[in-house]
Amino acid sequence: MNQSIKLVGVGGQGTILAAKLISTALIQAGYDVKMSEIHGMSQRGGSVSSEIRYGDKVYSPVIEKGHADVIVAFEQMEAARYIDYLKPDGTLLLNDHKINSMLTLSGKQPYPQGIIETLSQQVKTVVLKGTKLAEQLGNAKAMNVIMVGALAQVMGLTDLDFAAAIRENVKPKYVDLNLKAFDIGLQHSLHS
Amino acid sequence: MKKLMTGNEAIARGAFEAGVHFASAYPGTPSTEILENVAQYKEIVAEWAPNEKVALEAVIGASIAGGRSLAAMKHVGVNVAADPLFTFSYTGVNGGSVLISADEPGMYSSQNEQDNRNYAKAAKIPMLEPSNSQEAKDMLVDAFDLSETYDSVVMVRMTTRVCHSKSLVELGERHAVEPRPYEPDLAKYVSVPANGRQRRHAVEARMNRLKDYTETSKWNHVVDNGAKIGVIASGMSYEFAWEALGETVDYLKLGFTNPLPKQMIADFCDNHDTVYVIEENDPYIEEFAMTLGKRVIGSELFPYTGEMTPDVIKRCVLGHETEGVDIHPELLVNRPPTFCSGCPHRGFFYELGKKRKKIIVAGDIGCYSLAVGEPYRMMEWLICMGAAYSTAHGAQRIIDMKDDDNRRLVAVMGDSTFFHTGINSLLNTIYNGGNTINIILDNRITGMTGQQDNPGSGFKLQEDDAAIGDIEAICRALGVNHVRSIDPNNLKLVKETINWALDLDETSVIITNWPCVLKKKFKEEDYAAYQDMWKTKDAVLEDKCTGCKACLRSGCPSLVFDPDKKKVRIDPNTCVGCDVCLQICPYDAIVKEETA
Repeated sequence: MNQSIKLVGVGGQGTILAAKLISTALIQAGYDVKMSEIHGMSQRGGSVSSEIRYGDKVYSPVIEKGHADVIVAFEQMEAARYIDYLKPDGTLLLNDHKINSMLTLSGKQPYPQGIIETLSQQVKTVVLKGTKLAEQLGNAKAMNVIMVGALAQVMGLTDLDFAAAIRENVKPKYVDLNLKAFDIGLQHSLHS
Repeated sequence: MKKLMTGNEAIARGAFEAGVHFASAYPGTPSTEILENVAQYKEIVAEWAPNEKVALEAVIGASIAGGRSLAAMKHVGVNVAADPLFTFSYTGVNGGSVLISADEPGMYSSQNEQDNRNYAKAAKIPMLEPSNSQEAKDMLVDAFDLSETYDSVVMVRMTTRVCHSKSLVELGERHAVEPRPYEPDLAKYVSVPANGRQRRHAVEARMNRLKDYTETSKWNHVVDNGAKIGVIASGMSYEFAWEALGETVDYLKLGFTNPLPKQMIADFCDNHDTVYVIEENDPYIEEFAMTLGKRVIGSELFPYTGEMTPDVIKRCVLGHETEGVDIHPELLVNRPPTFCSGCPHRGFFYELGKKRKKIIVAGDIGCYSLAVGEPYRMMEWLICMGAAYSTAHGAQRIIDMKDDDNRRLVAVMGDSTFFHTGINSLLNTIYNGGNTINIILDNRITGMTGQQDNPGSGFKLQEDDAAIGDIEAICRALGVNHVRSIDPNNLKLVKETINWALDLDETSVIITNWPCVLKKKFKEEDYAAYQDMWKTKDAVLEDKCTGCKACLRSGCPSLVFDPDKKKVRIDPNTCVGCDVCLQICPYDAIVKEETA
């Protein structure tokens, strides 16, 4: 049975590296893997998503609405934006973090309240303070790899060689930081 | 060895394995990464051209001289390159030649959804359509053999989803080929009418030979699942159809799609009770099947626009609606793309906005098209690359005929668009004595597609230093007498210069010169010209901020309004100290950080 993971966030949060780490580890474990992203205007503060599908044989690189086994949301509002892609019995893995959009920055619209409360009533939700944990680790950008660690736990992929995937895809000077970030995600998703 | 690659990376790998010598392109989503990846292979000379027509022409020259050559562009780029393409079909090739067309079903980053399979048919050239990255690489290698065997440029038609999806690719070896000898062949390559009439027959003979080839091409095949229902599909639609319908149907997978295999399609239709044609954009295969007198179900059932994703296919064929988790609209606010913090377009559009009652703004393609959105709303049309000046000129001619309308046309385009086709447009205006105000937003890079170098950036695709096209000198050489270059972050200067242009009744040019905040490569003289570029930060003096929100009209994402305190603050992580907000603030509440 094929599995589908959707990573959502805001341009610059590192969804693409996270997707790369996951797919590298999956390929190494012998799965057929397809990934999909829509590039274009994502660099300019827009909402972004990456999709990974894996199994024995994968045709479509695209996840349909209602078909994601897990959504990994790097930002609260983005979780709410893409929640319809989740299977009703799927899991939402959410980084408890808010990023303003042009419209909330200018005070035209408030940043919505109660996202976590509403979503966790709808679907199985695992909340992580990924950004805060990454800051404690010394680099807020490592949040994406913390979320990858949490995903490995949630999806039962802890046997995969994520360490090798990190070494393959990350600059040497950031390898240790990211290995630590991965472990933090692995541990913290257990107690949330 | 298997590697996860995007379709664009796989095309580049295919170019390497096919022994390509020369490649040229103009960047355009979703094709941009093809040349960026080709450039990584040092065996291939890879270049950015100023536009797609020039790219294809350079490729034609390389082919005539005996090299294997590749041009890559987005679908609308082929419109620009169509003139040489149609004649290249007649001349044929010496070294093999391939044109990649990256189409955009769903229009994620494009102004239209044209189906460039129609171009292959109209230009009478063979076409391949990959469904995944492995096919993209393998087809590209095969395309060069087909090109040389059938003496024709070959089109490889990709779509966004094929370009940008990653799937596994088994890598092959590079087959290094020497460039073929060049022997003059005037009857073949000099396309005067007498030769064109002869070549017309060669084109017909080629397409007739290809009608036999397509029936046995390895890229066209039937997948027999023992079903009574059949699906004909090409490109990504084939993968989507498999996902949606699996083994419940038989498939006719078409990878070589010009000319289409007549007998194969007829037989497939005859052997099935019901046949669906699943394809994106135009009913290209469907209409062909209908000319064979076959009953197929296609455009009557499937949407005429967008991607044929599995959910669309399931809805149309099976009547299945996807059940998902409900969206709560009150939990989300739109996140539209916007000018980056420090974007040099911000100050210009802020000042131009103050003149909105006196002007009409003609737009063009690039980051500055974001000025159509909040808070600027400073663009009234956008047609295609290079059209700002020419459409503005035509519009001004008509406005000037109206007694009750004295508005001035302001046309905006960027440096890369100016080099692309804007120069011709400006030449038209000055030649015909137009009186429009023409802006060149020169940020020294091709921004929207992801910071590709261009003839004004100082660098080439393969890293070397390049001559820098002098935009101001070009404008003067075209005959424009009124040209000013300004720093767009100096709002007083921007305002004065706009007023200067409004007072003139002749063609004027304003060049706003300041680099894109995302530009990475600079020369020493750039550091001298753009002093303290991005090295400072601005900050709000909270006691002076009245919460008037005037600064927010700059549309800078680093400015955050706190509704509780009724004050603005500046995000120090994203501010790069462009000082636009500092100049706007009527209460001097924004200062350089070190003075805060």
